[in-house]
Amino acid sequence: MNTLVLMKMVPDIVEELEVGPDGKSLDLESLRLIVSERDDHALEQALLLKERRGGSITTMAIESPDIDDVLFTALAKGSDRAVKVAGAASPLATSEAAALLARILPDVPNLMPVDLILTGCQAIDDLDGLLAPCLAERLRIPYLGIVTGIDVDTEAGRATVLKEYAGGVRGEYAVSLPAVLGIQAAEKPPRYVPVAKVRATMKSRTIDTVPAPARDETSQLEILQMTKPEATGRAEMLEGSPEEVASKVADMLSARGLV
Amino acid sequence: MAGNVWVLAEHWRGRLSDPTFELLVLGRELAAGLESRLEAVLLGHRAKDLAGSLGAADSVLTVDHPSLAEPNPEAYCLALAALVEERKPRSLLVPLTNVSADVPSLLSARLRISLANFCRDVRVLDGGLHARCLLYGGKMETTVAVPGSPAVLGILPGSRAGSEARVDRTPSIEEVEVALPSEGRVRFAKYIEPAAGDVDITQQDALVSVGRGIQTRDNIALAEELAEALGGVVSASRPVIDQGWLPLTRQVGKSGATVKPKLYLAAGISGAPEHVEGMKSADLIIAINTDPQAPIFTVAHYGIVGDVLDVLPALSEAVRARKGIHA
Amino acid sequence: MALTTTEPAEAATEITLDNLLESPQGRNLLTCIQCGVCAGTCPYGDVMDYPPRRIIGMLRAGLIEDVLVSDSLLHCVACYACMAKCPRGLRLTEVLLPLVKEQVFSRLPEVPAELQKALANTLRYGNPMGESARKRAAWAKTAGVPIRVLSEDPRPVDVLWFVECYTSFHPRGQDNSRATAKILHALGVDFAILGNEEKCAGECARLVGEAGLFETLMDYHMALLHKYKFNRIITSGAHAYDAFKYEYPSLGFDHAVEHTTPFFARYLDSLRPLLKRRLDYTVTYHDSCCLGRHNGFYEEPRRLLKAIPGVKLVEMPHNRINSICCGGGGGGMWLDTYFKAKGRERLADRRVKEAVGTGADVLAISCPYEISRFEDSLKVLGYDKKMVVRDVVELLAEAMEGAP
Repeated sequence: MNTLVLMKMVPDIVEELEVGPDGKSLDLESLRLIVSERDDHALEQALLLKERRGGSITTMAIESPDIDDVLFTALAKGSDRAVKVAGAASPLATSEAAALLARILPDVPNLMPVDLILTGCQAIDDLDGLLAPCLAERLRIPYLGIVTGIDVDTEAGRATVLKEYAGGVRGEYAVSLPAVLGIQAAEKPPRYVPVAKVRATMKSRTIDTVPAPARDETSQLEILQMTKPEATGRAEMLEGSPEEVASKVADMLSARGLV
Repeated sequence: MAGNVWVLAEHWRGRLSDPTFELLVLGRELAAGLESRLEAVLLGHRAKDLAGSLGAADSVLTVDHPSLAEPNPEAYCLALAALVEERKPRSLLVPLTNVSADVPSLLSARLRISLANFCRDVRVLDGGLHARCLLYGGKMETTVAVPGSPAVLGILPGSRAGSEARVDRTPSIEEVEVALPSEGRVRFAKYIEPAAGDVDITQQDALVSVGRGIQTRDNIALAEELAEALGGVVSASRPVIDQGWLPLTRQVGKSGATVKPKLYLAAGISGAPEHVEGMKSADLIIAINTDPQAPIFTVAHYGIVGDVLDVLPALSEAVRARKGIHA
Repeated sequence: MALTTTEPAEAATEITLDNLLESPQGRNLLTCIQCGVCAGTCPYGDVMDYPPRRIIGMLRAGLIEDVLVSDSLLHCVACYACMAKCPRGLRLTEVLLPLVKEQVFSRLPEVPAELQKALANTLRYGNPMGESARKRAAWAKTAGVPIRVLSEDPRPVDVLWFVECYTSFHPRGQDNSRATAKILHALGVDFAILGNEEKCAGECARLVGEAGLFETLMDYHMALLHKYKFNRIITSGAHAYDAFKYEYPSLGFDHAVEHTTPFFARYLDSLRPLLKRRLDYTVTYHDSCCLGRHNGFYEEPRRLLKAIPGVKLVEMPHNRINSICCGGGGGGMWLDTYFKAKGRERLADRRVKEAVGTGADVLAISCPYEISRFEDSLKVLGYDKKMVVRDVVELLAEAMEGAP
């Protein structure tokens, strides 16, 4: 069973984010990138499937700062191969990334066909779309998102996929392969790999590089402005007897659709 | 006159979702701004009775097909694409919930139309659509112009008060035939209910979280009562878990779970960094503590200085009254 | 019997479990007489499947693999008790246990979640809390005294104060830092901090078995320290002290290093006149593992405490070499949930009960982990109205209040 895992870097929101001088994008000085959390889960799910069913994993990403660390870590965790798409315009909107990947996948040596393409169900910078469904549409293959469990029967050409709904309810679906699945959570939390192992991997393995095709599509959205939402300092204190306070709270919750 | 403003009437397990009504309120504003009509689109199987509740829209388009009985990205996308190509709406509003969150992307990629995701608000400006979108975990808001027609907008829950759209009026309902494959490549099999007693606090919309201020194991019942009224569950900070009053699965904080519910009620929790770490991203944090200097008040949005043993029962009663439930 | 000072680790051949028995340290281990004092004195001895005695036995029998696939060694909180009591003076906590734990760690099928997060955060943000590195020195603005940051003002300095993580980010740790800054300032010490460039010294990562992470941090700090000119390092972190003293010399670090408590004890004559305020506290002092058993600094903190007017010192039954670890070392700081799931009593709870039993109203400490662990235990056990936890430097600063 061949699985392709797609990963990307997103702004690390542990850091204070600032608006850049153009007023429309993030200030690069204060920006640090981190691997998208759901993509880490996608990789973990792929590793679990490989442990259960065998096969091989290719982890792929479009080049961006610090992506090498992520790809080497994937190799150290058990990905068989790592591929980087170099030379793409940066940064790419998600819809642009989907277009690029759809174009380049057939041209990556020894990659296709794959049975499964796994990636995070969404990322914090998916302003103009989610990668998994956009990519699936462009590849004309089936898709399911918010996935928390997968099992694969390659002989029958299908996967049994669990999708998460509200209140802990899950929906079980049969999905024909090959398919793109948007991962919400792997069946186990992403594993730890000791730093020494990643460092050793950096010395012993290589990341394959493929050149990006010329860009033929750009995101249609026009970004006008980026601002910080209003900051909140200290709690607004509600005064009164327990009954008075409770009434205020109930009103507040009702206005927000929580009651 | 521009094409119609469409709202995807989202439903799940026999109920129209709350965000559907929020989108009808928003959609009405946009339709007014664009001088066009508001239409709800209802995809389902034997779900026509739901259409009657969509009277806030001028009309409802319904598609009935077995493959639309349960949420199915493939069937939803095919049905909507066919409708969009035939009817050419101006824009389509879709709620961003587990049921429909991927629909905008599928449609946008299939039809090569523009999409704005994570919208908290949309306005009409000079005949064009402007959306305010929340990115980076809510840390930044981006204002975008969404060009083209049709344009798809993925809207975050809470954009409007849905109650305004719950009207008695019956809309005009049109049944539309769409050709869909009987056996798609994505086939719903069944629902799996969560095991009894096995609660995942990270998936809850509302958490009533107790700390040492709850004082005894028996008092947790007060929190449970409120949680039930709110449709949520009880969680706790470490000291309560350590006492063995609640299972480990309910722990919020450094050694427990990180939760991001819509409502986090911190009852008798001081707000130690180890706890705050696990809940600071909740949408709405209300804290109750006897100590006005408790650190929790620097992370909460609203604070109540008081004894949880008094405030919790008062809250339960007020919430139930608001919901029209009588204990 | 106080532990005599031990030499820093040799820089020569890297000792691994494979070559251990052929190395000088390994030959030393072969002199183990299997007496079991280590197991008897281990605070988690009743659940430790492989105390040092058994590890050495298994090593000798060629059965070390059994030890390495057990997760029992996660209970080792690197408290140095076994090493301090070993009649043969074997370097258990210093050499044997880190090597074994490194192998255990790399073989764990699953790293406990809280620990995993702490390690991943340390690698990425330079602190286990996962706070932005850019906020590390934010506390300095609230110190009330001027604090020089070397990245802003790189002139030579006498004392480089390595602040450490809990003392930078945790609110109670920041109290400690503010107190330390106040004392340094009052003594007229020429000092500076690294500020946001500082990262975790990584000693506890090393002691839980993440040697790669420790080396990454050590490489980073060695390069950073080369940028600046200073005479000595002092640190608020007892574990950081150990890292600089015993590990960094392998990369050529050759500056003097002291923990703040013994450092201030050397200044006692200048400090005493500044301790003007009378604090009528009955204080019991908890000997931290690194300062105490590992390095023998038992009397220095007590001398400082006795210098504070009005302080009455009482001893816990397990004091000095017999002190009961707070449970935070060796990764223990991030294994509370793991221990709880296995039904272990928290060591901090055990210690706090003993502290309360002395009748003291203040539990004095000198290692940053102890603040949050003991305050937490006091809360959980319901003693937080009876006793408070204070770092020695906090008490000193409190006694200086009102001083010019």
